[in-house]
Amino acid sequence: MTAASLVVERAGPLVSVQDAGRAGAMRFGVPHGGPMDRLAHGTANAAVGNDPGAAAIEVSRGGVGLRAEGGDVVVGVVGPSFHVAVGGRSRASWAVHRLRAGATLEVRVRSDDRRGAASHAWAYVAVAGGVEARSWLGSRSTHVATGLGGALLEAGLRLSVSMGGDDPAPERLGAIPTPPRSGVDHDGQPFLRVVAGPQQDRFADGAMASLLDATWTVTDRGDRMGTRLDGPRLGVRDALSIPSSPIVRGALQVAGDGVATLLHADHQTTGGYPRIATVVDADLDRAAQLPPGTRLRFGAVHPEEAVALAREDAAARSAHLDLVAAPGRTLGHRLRRANLVAGVVLG
Amino acid sequence: MEPGDDTDETSDVRVEPVGSGALLVVLGTEQDEAVRGRVRGLDEALTAEPVPGQVEVVPALVDLLVVFDPLVTDHAAVAGVVRRRLRTAARPPRTAREHRVQVCYHERLAPDLAAVAEAVGLSTEAVVAAHLAGDYDVAMYGFVPGYAYLDGLDASIEVPRKEAAVPGVPAGSVIVARSQTIVTSVTLPTGWSVLGRSPTRVLRPDDDEPFLFDVGDRVTFERIDLATFERLGTGT
Repeated sequence: MTAASLVVERAGPLVSVQDAGRAGAMRFGVPHGGPMDRLAHGTANAAVGNDPGAAAIEVSRGGVGLRAEGGDVVVGVVGPSFHVAVGGRSRASWAVHRLRAGATLEVRVRSDDRRGAASHAWAYVAVAGGVEARSWLGSRSTHVATGLGGALLEAGLRLSVSMGGDDPAPERLGAIPTPPRSGVDHDGQPFLRVVAGPQQDRFADGAMASLLDATWTVTDRGDRMGTRLDGPRLGVRDALSIPSSPIVRGALQVAGDGVATLLHADHQTTGGYPRIATVVDADLDRAAQLPPGTRLRFGAVHPEEAVALAREDAAARSAHLDLVAAPGRTLGHRLRRANLVAGVVLG
Repeated sequence: MEPGDDTDETSDVRVEPVGSGALLVVLGTEQDEAVRGRVRGLDEALTAEPVPGQVEVVPALVDLLVVFDPLVTDHAAVAGVVRRRLRTAARPPRTAREHRVQVCYHERLAPDLAAVAEAVGLSTEAVVAAHLAGDYDVAMYGFVPGYAYLDGLDASIEVPRKEAAVPGVPAGSVIVARSQTIVTSVTLPTGWSVLGRSPTRVLRPDDDEPFLFDVGDRVTFERIDLATFERLGTGT
């Protein structure tokens, strides 16, 4: 058994260890947390043979540099629109790589993206065997604002690799199948589906119509708690007299000044700003990945549709993760087998 | 189920869908004892006997969130069970647990005590006495893990939040704004006024029960001097 570890050479802000998150303590102010993009995180883990919910490294647009020590480390990287280098050589950003002892993995936002905005805001680095980090309330997810659980990466930090024993299967190296990205576009712009409410009564007449009619822009004021959106001001009634109320991930919260914020994994569990609508679970990963400058639209669905979407999405994710997890000799081999699996699951 | 028009025949309860896997049960509009009692009663009923597919329940001031797994159940099914529980769960809320929390109001640990005293036109000793006189109710948690909002601050020492947050306010700080007080769980910026420091850890991350309070508990404060504070803990 190797005693390998990853030493952080550099880390941008908000680079942290995340596993599948922790449910059950929202009544004590603890959000579920976990990855901003759960599917990308699960994909990176499955590709190196881990449980999809294992602890892995979530990389912000600030990027990260990780050096292997004490042995080779096999990493699964899922970071489209990120530049990936292994030992100084440019490599695929959606693939499993072997990081030799002493070599460095670099993940940073591509500077050569001439289209302007990149397509993703978060990348994931999973390590075969998983990484060690503090468990809190049954989870190794980092609550970034407080540092509770997991680990916030900074230069000099050493993350032990909890390798299972044998050298990871060499056939896992190489490209990772791309996931079926849920959600739809509308006139070429991302389209996020929302369920109206729960506090529509706190808004001025016409606010819901404004939400659905407008084109919104993702601002650069965002973190793991939420992202402010640029668009029309949505009128709030009696903004100062609203009792604090429980909040979920995906909520569209509107402050007293009428500015809308989309809440993410580390959201406050209660708050006094009213919520006009909630993005459906099936679109949350995609919503979190929209980088600053992205223009998007919202469309309303009924609660029953949101539940149906969640079930379809869960089946598609499960089929995708099974495909990624199955070690095959070639990508084509894996894809052929997965089509059969997906056909059975999705019927 | 249509949002907003789902009114219970026996009360003004509203059950609103929240995204793909939650319901907000709104039990009133005013933050009075009756509404709070109904929130607590439903919280206890759902905690004691969860709805099929229930993930967790989050009580707040006038409403309560029921989080469920959409792969197991849906809004209409959970709403139906919640409404039946509302009709049958007439049980009085459990007897509240009581906590006595020590606070040191020494000026070294109370950077805003003098400013609050000046703002409300009282002596610092009168502000401390008013803070100690309160019989507080754990109203809800929020902001960050372990931040329990305690209701029941004496109206004579109510102050608004500061214009700007002060960074790095240590864990254990006893802070006030408007009608509430908090014993902070972690070191963070806050715009609330710091009246003192407690050696009591309200969040003990490594404990099996990491949170000292639950919603509905009662809290009173007991004054300690600086020497006692330093003997009991550093408060940092």
